[in-house]
Amino acid sequence: MSVSLFSSFKKQAAVLGFTTLLAADSVHAADISGAGSSFVYPILSKWSASYNAKTGERVNYQSIGSGGGIAQIKAATVTFGASDMPLRPEELEKVGLAQFPVVIGGVVPVVNLPGVKAGEIRFTGPVIANIFLGKITKWNDPAITSLNPKVRLPDQKITVVHRSDGSGTTFNWANYLSKVSPEWKTKVGEGTSVQWPAGIGGKGNEGVAAYVNQIKGSLGYVELAYALQNKMTFTKVKNKSGHFVDPSLETFQAGAASADWTEQPDFYEIITDAPGKASWPITASVFVLMYKQPKDAARSAEALKFFKWALEEGQNDAQSLDYVALPAKLVEQIETYWAKEIK
Amino acid sequence: MFKSYPALAMDRSDQASSRDRHDKRADMLFHLVVKGCALLVLIALLGAAFSMLWGGREAFATFGWKFLWSSDWDAVQRKFGALVPIYGTLVTALIAMIIAVPVSFGIALFLTEIAPVWLRTPVAAAIELLAGIPSIIYGMWGLFVFVPFMAEHVDPWLDENLGALPITGPLFQGAPIGLGMLTAGIVLGIMVIPFVASIMREVFLTVPSEIKESSYAIGSTTWEVVWDVVLPYTRSAVIGGIFLGLGRALGETMAVTFVLGNAHLLSASLLEPGNSIAATIANEFTEADSPLYLSSLIALGFLLFAVTFIVLAVARLMLMRLAKRAGENRQ
Repeated sequence: MSVSLFSSFKKQAAVLGFTTLLAADSVHAADISGAGSSFVYPILSKWSASYNAKTGERVNYQSIGSGGGIAQIKAATVTFGASDMPLRPEELEKVGLAQFPVVIGGVVPVVNLPGVKAGEIRFTGPVIANIFLGKITKWNDPAITSLNPKVRLPDQKITVVHRSDGSGTTFNWANYLSKVSPEWKTKVGEGTSVQWPAGIGGKGNEGVAAYVNQIKGSLGYVELAYALQNKMTFTKVKNKSGHFVDPSLETFQAGAASADWTEQPDFYEIITDAPGKASWPITASVFVLMYKQPKDAARSAEALKFFKWALEEGQNDAQSLDYVALPAKLVEQIETYWAKEIK
Repeated sequence: MFKSYPALAMDRSDQASSRDRHDKRADMLFHLVVKGCALLVLIALLGAAFSMLWGGREAFATFGWKFLWSSDWDAVQRKFGALVPIYGTLVTALIAMIIAVPVSFGIALFLTEIAPVWLRTPVAAAIELLAGIPSIIYGMWGLFVFVPFMAEHVDPWLDENLGALPITGPLFQGAPIGLGMLTAGIVLGIMVIPFVASIMREVFLTVPSEIKESSYAIGSTTWEVVWDVVLPYTRSAVIGGIFLGLGRALGETMAVTFVLGNAHLLSASLLEPGNSIAATIANEFTEADSPLYLSSLIALGFLLFAVTFIVLAVARLMLMRLAKRAGENRQ
């Protein structure tokens, strides 16, 4: 009851947005509507504008969060849903949904230590996990100083900053910490929101960023694009192959390329802790969900055309907004998948 | 014409009775409309309470009474408890009222008794304007201006000077991050002041000047007039204004979300981050991904309802007892 109440709420919101759009331009009866992840909202809007200029088709995307996007597509009120967290193939099977990645993102640790520049601090996954577990509480703890012999770290308490709202960013962060720390896996686990053993919570990337900027000695995590655009002090992290890497478009793409996307059906692959020398360890992808046998086949076909254009020609748009394009091989796999799965 | 006189009289009485009937009908309609207005509030109130209870039934059924005193809030294990948000809500509202009530009293006192007449209207208007500022503005001011001030000046001082005291010490220990219960309470206090102050000012103005003047005439000071004459005369309205402020402090969402720290951790210290019911719902509702999670959030909403109701009921009870005692004293 509560869920249906909630989703009907969102349904109305989506319908409302949709009808106003129809009213604005009733010529395009086949507008493409989507809802979900707020992380992809900037790039989807840009793609939508460029695509509209080129073809006259409109894409109306509602940035209501991944959970909302999944609820919307399950209620079939939108043509596609977008989620930072992939659904399991069994779950997709049950509702008849197809799933594919559209853009690469990822999570970056950011710190506030006066005098320390971006990329100066080096972390390993287990050390980050122990800080977030509340086991390492000072910046001059031997576990951190031994990784950073060149940096003078203060005798200061570490203030952990996490997300207070449920988020795909948190899911990928917690998923990575679960992969590198058995204690995190048993005590906290992974999910869009978890029971944090320590720290304070900020709402959204901007909330976390505001807290990290305000509190000296804090350590938080934000999306890559957010860290780059706001020039935050990010850190290096040691990847699975033992190399310390900076977060950048290149290392994110390397992480995405080294993942084996064919191993699981429906691209069910969480690409954190990817192998490869240059791979950023906390890489993630945003998934689009669509019906395999949609009620409105024409509109669904239009949506696929839009995504085909976005994956093939929209990559410059993506780079200009600090999103990471999908590797070419993956784009091929996705197009084969479309041909096979979506009618 | 003459002949028609009795007929005219008849006509008049007929007219009168039809007018009576018309009046009666209009009266009844009026009663119904007014009653409907009052009932509407009651229905809305009960409807809101019931629908939240219904939405939260899964959480209540799963956790039972434990939901009230469990400090768990784990979306992964699907274990939820309301203790941390309830505690945070009550503590921040308490701090807010400790600040807001005396300050508002001072403002109202100044504006009605002490301030020069030309100053009263502009200051009163300014206070009412303050009440109209959206809470998100208070939140942003709190985060970007007040939190750094607390972190640099207030928190370290409290930790150093009060943190070592034997009984109240634990209230003031913690890392000076600026966010936390104390900051949230102070910001809430500032938000509540305009409401309480403008009501107090208005009811102070209703005190007949004869009463005040007689008191002045027998040699009372301004303080004595206000404390012994104005306040007893307006007591129930003043307390009503305080309730209104308290209600707002208990349910405030946006400003608290910015400065409270949003951490589901139970801590005695006022300098540590916490969580409130309204902030938890605002933070987590959009991404609550399991039915039980969503149900727990709606159940929290019901508890906020219940907490507000209990706090107001207790306050009213205290008021009744106070009135009784005052009556006894007079005899």
